[in-house]
Amino acid sequence: MAEESYPPELKYHPEHDWARIDGDEATFGITWYAQDALGEVVFYDPPEVGTTVTANESYAEVESVKAVSDVFAPLSGEVIEVNQALADTPERINDDPYGEGWLVKVRLSDSAEVETLLDVEAYRKLLTA
Amino acid sequence: MPPATETLRRTPLYDRHEAAGARLVPFAGWEMPVQYEGIRQEHVAVRTAAGKFDVSHMGEVETKGPDAEAFLQRVLSNDVSKIDVGGAQYSVLCREDGGVLDDLFTYRLGEDRYLTVTNASNHERDFAWLAEHAAGFDVEVRDAAADYAMIAFQGPDARGLLGIDAPPRMRVAEARVAGADCLVCGTGYTGEDGVELLVPPDAAPAVWDALGVTPVGLGARDTLRLEVCFHLYGNDLSEDRNPIEAGLGWCCKLDTDFIGADALRELDPTDKLVPFALTDPGIPRPGNPVLVDGEARGVVTSGSHSPCLGHGIGMAYVPVDAAAAGTRIEIDVRGKRRRAEIREKPLYKKEDG
Repeated sequence: MAEESYPPELKYHPEHDWARIDGDEATFGITWYAQDALGEVVFYDPPEVGTTVTANESYAEVESVKAVSDVFAPLSGEVIEVNQALADTPERINDDPYGEGWLVKVRLSDSAEVETLLDVEAYRKLLTA
Repeated sequence: MPPATETLRRTPLYDRHEAAGARLVPFAGWEMPVQYEGIRQEHVAVRTAAGKFDVSHMGEVETKGPDAEAFLQRVLSNDVSKIDVGGAQYSVLCREDGGVLDDLFTYRLGEDRYLTVTNASNHERDFAWLAEHAAGFDVEVRDAAADYAMIAFQGPDARGLLGIDAPPRMRVAEARVAGADCLVCGTGYTGEDGVELLVPPDAAPAVWDALGVTPVGLGARDTLRLEVCFHLYGNDLSEDRNPIEAGLGWCCKLDTDFIGADALRELDPTDKLVPFALTDPGIPRPGNPVLVDGEARGVVTSGSHSPCLGHGIGMAYVPVDAAAAGTRIEIDVRGKRRRAEIREKPLYKKEDG
């Protein structure tokens, strides 16, 4: 399992999701805190490419042996790619939550929503609140 | 809001769990370790080597006196007369209508002395039931839960590591482990060889430390037992289910006339508890509907990811006409239909690993 970290270049959602924004596209995943709380991920049920996701709503599920967790979209848009490698190796979500453990890539429908997300300081503050 | 932890009971090994970095959760009124390093590693350690479990939350009831055997024969479903001194036996405790109050192991410690191990969540109810039904028997029924901590030591290497000549499967003997007088029981809940140790609470930390090896939490205890299709009370067994439909008819000896035998004799069960494996991705969970020919006709009572098999497994009550091994079913996992197949017990066999 990875060491606790929260990369400064990412934007964070209070439900423990991150977004890496690249123009009008973004990559989503869950934070170190989220994967640690869940335990070893044994199943990731991705949305289909072409699905519309809505900010603050669940778009996928990740499961550990003991529990199911909804994954919330930090931003709205259309899914353009899902991380197929996680079908066979969902534990990458634990091992590398900000890298190989990414969940989906999304074409953003409303770039103004980015302003609603937390920066790393605000997210860390939320974790210690 | 999580329940207030100060109201939860702690086992004598609580400090060991905290020091080991365990994730502690409320379970049956106790604060228990659900995992240490991770459920998968702990599970695999027990299948391939050995692991130790704190199961001190489980209760004990001692029955002694001239009528001890006759009394237990009346309340327990199995044929208690078959347990010789040093023997062990599995049975269920039934209500008059056949509903299951608990499933239990009983050890015969002496000619007129037995110890019965209860599930934590049922202990008080079991003890009250036993005490109430002891009227008319020359027997003393005593709540012995405070006398024992319990450590399960399971896995192919467990006996060798124990360092004493442990009793064989389904036998019990007194022995000294790490300087403590323990009851060593050749039983377990993992499908692996191993023992369960009933230990004086004060001595539990020393025994725990002496066992070395991987500590294993309740999370892996659940996946280990589910792979080999051992029942979990509260999931697969309840007062609303009888032992026949639960597949426990083998431990219900109706001619011993135990409480509930009359009701069970009259039964023509419509449901059966069956093991199943998902053939689709996904993880079944308790409460998920079971679809037979697309129609909801059953319910999952235990479901998880199998660390050894690498896919979703579970147990479910289904109608007897759809209970044969090989029957294709679907599990409605939160609105998604996942294909599954009814299998034979156990779901995991040693040669699969």
